[in-house]
Amino acid sequence: MATATKSIPAYAAQLAEQAESIVAQAVRAGATDAEVVVREGDEFDAQVRMGELETLKDSGSRGMGLRVFLASPEGQRVGSTSSSDFTPDGIAHLVAGAIALARISSPDPVQGLPEPGAFGTLEAELELYHQDVYSLPDTERIEYARRVEAAALAADPRITNSDGGSFSAATNLRVLANSRGFVGASRSSYCGLYAAPIATGANGEMQRDGWSSSARTMAKLESPEQVGAEAARRTIRRLDGRRVSTQRVPIVFPPEMARSILGAMADAANGDAIYRGASFFTGKLGEQVAARGVTVINDGTLPGLFGSSNFDGEGLPTRRTVLIEDGILRSWLLNTYTGRKLNLPSTGSASRGLAGNPGISTHNLYLPAGTQTPEQILAEIPNGLYVTEFLGRGINMVTGDYSRGASGIWIENGQLAYPVQEFTIAGNLKEIFMNITAIGNDLEFRSSTACPTLRIDGLTIAGS
Amino acid sequence: MTVKTEASEPAAQQRSFFSDKFGITDTLMERCLGEALSAGGEYAELYFESVASTSLGIDESMVKSASQGVSAGCGIRVLSGERTGYAYTDELTADRLLRAARTAALIASGPAKQSVVGFKASLPETPRPKLYPTPAADLDPELSDKLALVMRADKAARAYDARITEVRASYADEVRRILIAASDGTYASDVQPLMRINVFVLAKDGDKIARGTAGGGGRVEIAYFNDLKTPEYFAGDAARQAILQLNAVAAPAGDMEVVLGPGWPGVLLHEAVGHGLEADFNRKKTSAFSGLIGQRVASDKVTVVDNGTIPSKRGSIHVDDEGADSRENVLIENGILRGYMNDKLSAKLMGTANTGNGRRESYQQMPMPRMTNTYMLAGQDEPADIVRSVRKGLYAVNFGGGSVDITSGKFVFSASEAYLIEDGEITSPVRDATLIGNGPDALKYVSMVGHDLALDEGVGNCGKQGQWVPVGVGMPTIKLDRMTVGGTGN
Repeated sequence: MATATKSIPAYAAQLAEQAESIVAQAVRAGATDAEVVVREGDEFDAQVRMGELETLKDSGSRGMGLRVFLASPEGQRVGSTSSSDFTPDGIAHLVAGAIALARISSPDPVQGLPEPGAFGTLEAELELYHQDVYSLPDTERIEYARRVEAAALAADPRITNSDGGSFSAATNLRVLANSRGFVGASRSSYCGLYAAPIATGANGEMQRDGWSSSARTMAKLESPEQVGAEAARRTIRRLDGRRVSTQRVPIVFPPEMARSILGAMADAANGDAIYRGASFFTGKLGEQVAARGVTVINDGTLPGLFGSSNFDGEGLPTRRTVLIEDGILRSWLLNTYTGRKLNLPSTGSASRGLAGNPGISTHNLYLPAGTQTPEQILAEIPNGLYVTEFLGRGINMVTGDYSRGASGIWIENGQLAYPVQEFTIAGNLKEIFMNITAIGNDLEFRSSTACPTLRIDGLTIAGS
Repeated sequence: MTVKTEASEPAAQQRSFFSDKFGITDTLMERCLGEALSAGGEYAELYFESVASTSLGIDESMVKSASQGVSAGCGIRVLSGERTGYAYTDELTADRLLRAARTAALIASGPAKQSVVGFKASLPETPRPKLYPTPAADLDPELSDKLALVMRADKAARAYDARITEVRASYADEVRRILIAASDGTYASDVQPLMRINVFVLAKDGDKIARGTAGGGGRVEIAYFNDLKTPEYFAGDAARQAILQLNAVAAPAGDMEVVLGPGWPGVLLHEAVGHGLEADFNRKKTSAFSGLIGQRVASDKVTVVDNGTIPSKRGSIHVDDEGADSRENVLIENGILRGYMNDKLSAKLMGTANTGNGRRESYQQMPMPRMTNTYMLAGQDEPADIVRSVRKGLYAVNFGGGSVDITSGKFVFSASEAYLIEDGEITSPVRDATLIGNGPDALKYVSMVGHDLALDEGVGNCGKQGQWVPVGVGMPTIKLDRMTVGGTGN
C-alpha cells in the first residue's frame, strides 16, 4: 500500500528540509506550484590494467533542480532551472531564473503537477541501500579489480592483453518535494565488477569482450574469479570469426542481447511517442503486437533490483504494469503529462533528472521465463545465428525499421559451430515482435531490463 | 584551412572569473598542487570548470520547455608513472579543494619528491588566433531572440508541406569556462561558447509515416542563425527528408559499391579510423591500428586530418582540457598512417609530441585523447562523375550516428537519407539502413574522392567510456568500391 504521509528518514532530513524550503521560496516568489529534486552521491572507481593499478577515482557531488508553474485560464506555464550552487545566493538565482523562464513559455492546458490524490510512496522496504558497498578499505577494493582482471588473463593462453578490470561503488540519495504536499526520499547503493580481456587469434586479429556483475550489496556481487573467467570465455569464443553471406535464417538472442528487443517494446509503448503518433504501436492498444506467449511486465516494486523505487519522478507510487499480455498490447508507459494527453492515469513511469520536464522510463522491465532451455532452442535450428554483439543503434521507432551491426556464432545442426562477424541484422520491429518463436527458461535480473533467451525468425542478415 | 589571426583576449580576464566568483587565488592553486604531490606523484593538475546552459523547446507550436542550468567544480589529477589518481569537488572552497587534492594524491605512495614549478599566472598566455567569440554573459537573461528561432523553425516546417503533422524544435546553448593549472607550469584558460538548433518532424500520408531531423550550429553567436544558417534552413531540410522517406523502398542487403555525400557522412572517418587512432588505445595495444604507423591503411587518395583550429566549428577549441594548444594533426597521408591523437599522459608514455587532444566531458572526469574536427581532404573528382561510375549501389547523404569496436576494428554507421544508384543514376530513396565495415580495411576501397569537401552542420557528440564531447566531421563525396549495406531488399 502506498501512503503520501511517510515520514522522512533521518539520513534525508537535511536534504528534505532544503527541498521544502526551496519549494516555499518559489511559491513566495509567485509560482502557483513548484517541484524540487535534490540529489547527492558518491562514486568510487578503481581500474587495474595488466596487473597494475591504473586509475583511482573517489569523489562526491550534489545538485538540485527546480520546476515552477504559473497558472492561467489557458493552462499552466512551466520553467526549470538546475544548479550545484547551494548558497542562499545560488538558490535565489535558481528560483528567480525558473520563474523568468516560466513567463516566456506557453500556457498548456495539460501541463502541471499530478493531482493531489495521486501522490504516494511505497511503504514496502525495497532494500535498495546497503552501506557495505563502501565497507572495504581502498587496498581491498583495488584488489577486487586486480582479481577480476587476473582471472580473465589466466583463463586461456590466447588472452594476450587487457582493457582492464574494475571495481566501482556508488551511493545516491535523492529527495523530491512539491507544493502539493509530497516529499519523498530514496537512497540507493551500487557495486560492480568488470573485466575486458583481449584475445589474439590464429591470424593475429584481436577480439575484445567483457563481462560484469553488479548488485546493490557486496553480498550479492559475484566473485571476481567468476566474472573474470566468464569475460575470458566470451572473448575467446569470438576468435577467428568468418564473414557470412546475405541470407534469412532463425536468430537466437541470448538474454544479454534479447534485452534490447524488450527495450524496443517499451520504447514503442512510450506515452510521449503514442500521443504524437510517433510510434508504430500507436492505436494498437488491445491488439496483438507480439507473438502469443509473449508477456512483458514493468514492475518498480521488486526488492533489491536496479529498477525498483518507492516513488517515480513525479512522486507517484511505483507499481506493476502489464504492458503486453500473451501478445496483446495492454498498457502504455505514462507520466502525468502524457497520461493527460491520452485521457489516462499515469502509470507511475515518470523519470526526472535535475533539468527540464519529466520523461518516461521503465523500472524493472522483464519478459517472464518460458519452459525451453537455451540448448533445446538451439537444437531445433539446423542453420542459424546466435548473436553475441550489437554495434550501433539503427532503430527507427516511427516506422519500426531495424538495422544493426552484429557479431555472433553460427548455428549448425543445433550446435554452436563457429564465430561470424562484420554483418548486419535487419527487419522491422512489428514483424520481429510477432516472430518470437521460442522463449527460454533462463530469466535472470542482471540489470533493470531482463529477458530470457529468444528465438526470432524472418530477419535478414547482410554480409558478403 | 585558414584562420583569422585576431589575438585572443588576455588570460587575466578569463582567470579573474574564478578568482572573482570563487576566490581561487594563485596561492591557493599552488597549495593544492603541493598537496596533490605530497605522496610522491610526478604531475598534478587542477581543472576548474564553470558551465551555464540554456535550452528552449517548441512542441505542438507551444513553448513547452524552457530551462537553464549552472554547474561549477574542480577536478584534481595526479599522475605517478602510468597511474592516475582523480578526485573532484563541486564546492570551490579551500577546504574542499585541499581535501580533493589529498584524495588524488593517494595514487602515489611515498614522500613528496617533486616541487611545484611556479606557473607564471601574471604573464599573459601565448597569443593564439581567436577561433570563436567570447560571450558577453554566461546566462543571457534576454531570451526572446532565441525563442524566436524555435518559433520560426516550427512555422517553416509546418508550411513546408501539409503532410508534416508534428514538429519539435529546440535551441540549446552553453558557455563553458575552463582554467587549467598544473605542476609542470601549465597555465591556460578558455571560454567556449556552443549553440545548436535541432528540428524533428513527422510526415503522415494515409497510413504511411516517416520522420526527418536536421540541425546545426557551432561555437558561434546568435547572429549565425539569423544570417547564415536560419531556422527555416534546418526546418526545411528536416521536412524534406520526412516527405522523401514516405515513399522510401527497402534498402538493399549485402556488399556493394557505396557513394557517400559531402559533410556529415564524414562520420565514417570518425568511426572507421578516428577512434582507432586515439593514442590511449595504441599505447595499450588494444586498437586494431596498433603498430601500423607508416603502413598503408587507406587508398592513396585518402588524407585524413583532425583539426581543432577551424573557426566557429563545434569541435574546435583554443586549448584542450589539459591546457595544451589545439592543433591540426595529420592522421593519414595519401593512405599511409602518420600519427595518433595524444594527450599528455599518452605522449609522455609513448615518447611523442602532445597533439592537444586531451579532452573531457566535465570536471568530474579524467581527460583522454579525443577527436576535435576530423575530416578527409578534398580530391580531384567531379561529384557527378562519382555517382555516374556506379552501376548498382547506394548513395548515402545523411546519417544518424555510428559506433566502433576499437579492438576488432568493426564499425557501423546508420544512414537516415540514402538512395539507390542504378546504372549511374540516383533513383529511389531507401529506408534506414546500417552500413558495416572493418576500420583498417574500409578506406582501402576508396577509389574516387570529390573536390567538394564540406564539414557537417555542427550537431555531433562523441561518446567514449561514458564521456561525451562535441566534435565535428567532414568529407568530400567519395566512392567506396565495397561496403556492406544492412537492408532487407535485393
